[in-house]
Formats: sequence, structure tokens, C-alpha cells
Amino acid sequence: MSTGHAHPLHLPGTSPLHRARPQCKLAAAVLFVLAVVATPREAFWAFGVYAAALAVLARVAGLPLATLARRLVIELPFLAFALFLPLVGQGERVQVLGVPLAADGLWAAWNIVVKGTLGVATSVILAATTPVPELLRGLERLRLPAAFTSVAGFMVRYLDVITDEVRRMRIARLSRGYDPRWIWQARAVAATAGTLFIRSYERGERVYLAMVSRGYAGSMPVLQDLAATRGQWLAALSVPAAAALVAATAWLVRP
Amino acid sequence: MTPEPLPALVVDGVAYAYPDGHQALFGVSFQVRRGERVALLGPNGAGKTTLVLQCNGVLLPGAGRVTVAGLPVVTEHLKEIRRRVGIVFQDPDDQLFMPTVAEDVAFGPANLGLRGPELETRVKAALAAVGMEDHAGRPPHHLSFGQRRRVAVATVLAMEPELLILDEPSSNLDPASRRELAEIVTGLDVTILMVTHDLPYALQLCPRALIMNGGTITADGPTADLLADTDLLAANRLELPFGFDPRALRDR
Repeated sequence: MSTGHAHPLHLPGTSPLHRARPQCKLAAAVLFVLAVVATPREAFWAFGVYAAALAVLARVAGLPLATLARRLVIELPFLAFALFLPLVGQGERVQVLGVPLAADGLWAAWNIVVKGTLGVATSVILAATTPVPELLRGLERLRLPAAFTSVAGFMVRYLDVITDEVRRMRIARLSRGYDPRWIWQARAVAATAGTLFIRSYERGERVYLAMVSRGYAGSMPVLQDLAATRGQWLAALSVPAAAALVAATAWLVRP
Repeated sequence: MTPEPLPALVVDGVAYAYPDGHQALFGVSFQVRRGERVALLGPNGAGKTTLVLQCNGVLLPGAGRVTVAGLPVVTEHLKEIRRRVGIVFQDPDDQLFMPTVAEDVAFGPANLGLRGPELETRVKAALAAVGMEDHAGRPPHHLSFGQRRRVAVATVLAMEPELLILDEPSSNLDPASRRELAEIVTGLDVTILMVTHDLPYALQLCPRALIMNGGTITADGPTADLLADTDLLAANRLELPFGFDPRALRDR
């Protein structure tokens, strides 16, 4: 049975960021990213301010900047795409180390890299300070339909169970000398997928049975009152509000 | 003289066929008195699990009736029936579906309408009863199999049932977890119906046993007597583990 840590992104702690209501954090994170995306790409100073703000937040949350940087690696595949833009872009060329690059493409690449990185850093901080169940409850508070949040909750809960089942089925296959390497050998893999589907479906039925047996009547009970006070909302939203101010200033002082 | 309290469970002439036509129960009748611990023994496919699902109204009998502490199992009473009958299913992963242990234990009583400190007290008491109070905040998939089974028992205890039904409680447990669970079960002050084909476990925990085979009850008596009857066991595809001497049982 798997005993691994299921939420490796979460960093337990008691900082103000950890204690903030999940719905406030979610709304603040989304609005902050919107402000970043709305900033004109020429306003280098504005991105510096955003980065500094995130660094301060990470510091408050007790998230070491090195860890934050390591978790940013997830965006690398997307950045690879951005690197292509200056090479294939049309129009005016500039020489960089003897390589002719499209000026427009350079701007586009910069735009993607800086906004992408700031966006990913925001979600890394959110994920580090909010355990998954709380995130789901936050989404529920933000009026996401309960059907979505309970499906997501079950997914999180059963991911390990199903992964474990896949692992056991693979070992059973290998133990009988079957290790497909070519596409025409994919039959057993397809059969495994089919079996997994049936097993998960049947597990779903058994889980439902267990729920019904404990009085489930169509809606999950709300166990904790997570309502946020006006003060908590104000504190959380002050961050994206400041970011919006920076974005607006950047537009106004644009040359 | 005080009147005899109502039996915890009365199963009277229950027959049931699944929608696909397969008939699983053919007129099952028995009673469980309040406070008794009864083992329901039988080979795979005997109809044990089908019978269990009749007891809380997940399945409703085609003929006959089931009564829990005087209340018949019919659609109008399902909510109260499910409070009175707690089933601990075989696979704890099926039973523990909430993000944390405490929330899972709270699921049942919250469905009964409990909130706030009252709910918290229930959860704490149920977790304490199975020795898992230190794990309240953990996600179920971080627990060992034995711990998950204990939490599964707690999720049902939190509903304060009149009748606790355990479906194969000893399956997949290592000997230490098995003993720990036995200690918990014997310490509970609740009527228990234990479905199993683990005969020594039945003997250890339940003074009385029912044997079920082919959708009917084929024997009902003191567990030690039934297990000592080699012919009876053989006729019902039940076997004691190697080296387990049934004659020694009579002297207990």
C-alpha cells in the first residue's frame, strides 16, 4: 500500500498566509495574476515590483526562495515554446551575439516568460500554503457547484488507490513475462486500461453504498464554517489591489 | 419483572433475487438479542453480504421482513434504520472517502443533522474507542491498512448504532492488527453481527454463530459447538485452519 505524501506541494506551517481563508487566497491569487497579465510588457519596473511582492509573500509563508525556484521548473516546457518566437518571428531584426532575431518575437517571448513565471510563482505560493482539501472548500465557498468539488475531492482521495492498482497490474503483467515495447503489442496495455476502468467503476459503486449506509442523501454535509470576515477579505485583496494599481500606473506612464 | 427488550435484529423469512434473476436468499430467519455478538459464517457466495445489505435497507427483501430494534426496514424509515445499523465494509478504502480521518468520522453523524461541539464530541469519542484519536487530521491514505480498518469502525461507531455489522473484519490484517481489532470489538457495548469465514476469529469474539449456505441458514448455536462438528463444517464448505483442534474447543 502506498504511504507516500499525496500533496507534495503543501508546506505545513502557521504563517498568516497559511491561516488565511482558502477562498480569500484563491480569489487574491487569480486577481493578482490578472493584474500581472494586464500589465504592458514594456513596463520592466512593474514586473520587478510584482516579483518583489511575491518574494515578500514567500518569505512570510516560510517558503525558501530556492524551493520556490525549484518548483518553477514545471513551466520549462512552455518556455521552450517562447524561445522559438524570436527565431521564427517576422519584421524588424536585431543582432544578438551575431544571431539575427525578430524584435517583435523577442518582445513576445519576454512577455510570455515574465508573465508565465510570475503566474506559476503565485500558484506555487498558494499551493504551498493551502492543503488540497482546503482548496476544495475554498472553491466551494466561491460558489463552485458542489458536484465539481466533490468529484475533485474523490479524485484526490482515490488517486493513490488507483495508482497502486495500476502498479500491481503492471507487476502482474511483468511477472508473466509480458513487457510490451512496440505499438502492436499494446493489446495487454489496452486490456489493463479496460480492467482498471471496470474496477474503478465498481469501486465507485461500493463507495456509494458505504455513503448511503451512513445516511448520505445527495449532498455532502458542510462540516466547518469557513466564512471569512470582512477584515480577512480586505487583507487578502489588498495584494491584488496594489498589483492592479501598479498595472494601471504602468499603462499611464507608458512612453 | 421487566419486559424483555426488543431484539436488536429480527430477520423473518427473507427471500431476495437480484434484478438479473439470480436468487441469493431463500427464506432466511433468525433473531439477534440486544447486546449479543453473533458470527455469520459461510463460504463465498453463500449470500452473507446480500443478507447484510437487507439489514440497512440498501436492498429490500422480495418476501419476508427485517426489523431493527422494533422498526421494520421499509423505505419510510430508511434514515432512522441507517442510524441504527452501522456496517463496516470489507475494504476500508471504500468506506473512507473524505479528505481527513476526522471529516470521515463526522460524515455519518453530520448526515444525521449533528453540528458544532456535539458533532466534535461524537467524532472524538468514536476515534478514542478505536485508539485513533491522534490521527484525526490525517488523510486516510496515509494510514496503514490496520489503522484504516479501525477508522472505518469509528466512522460507524460515531453514528451510535444499535447494531454493528462487520463484514470480514479480519481480512488482510496482520496478526497484531487482528488482535488489536479483537480487543476493540470485545470492548464495545453494542450488538454485533460479524460476517466472516475466519472461524478462529469468530470463536474468539462471538459466543453464538449462524452458518449460512446456499441462501439459507443451515445451523444456529454456540460457536464452539458448531466448530467442533466436523461433518457440519464440511457440509457447508467451512474449514478450520491447519493444526486447529476442534475437540479442544469443547473444554473452553
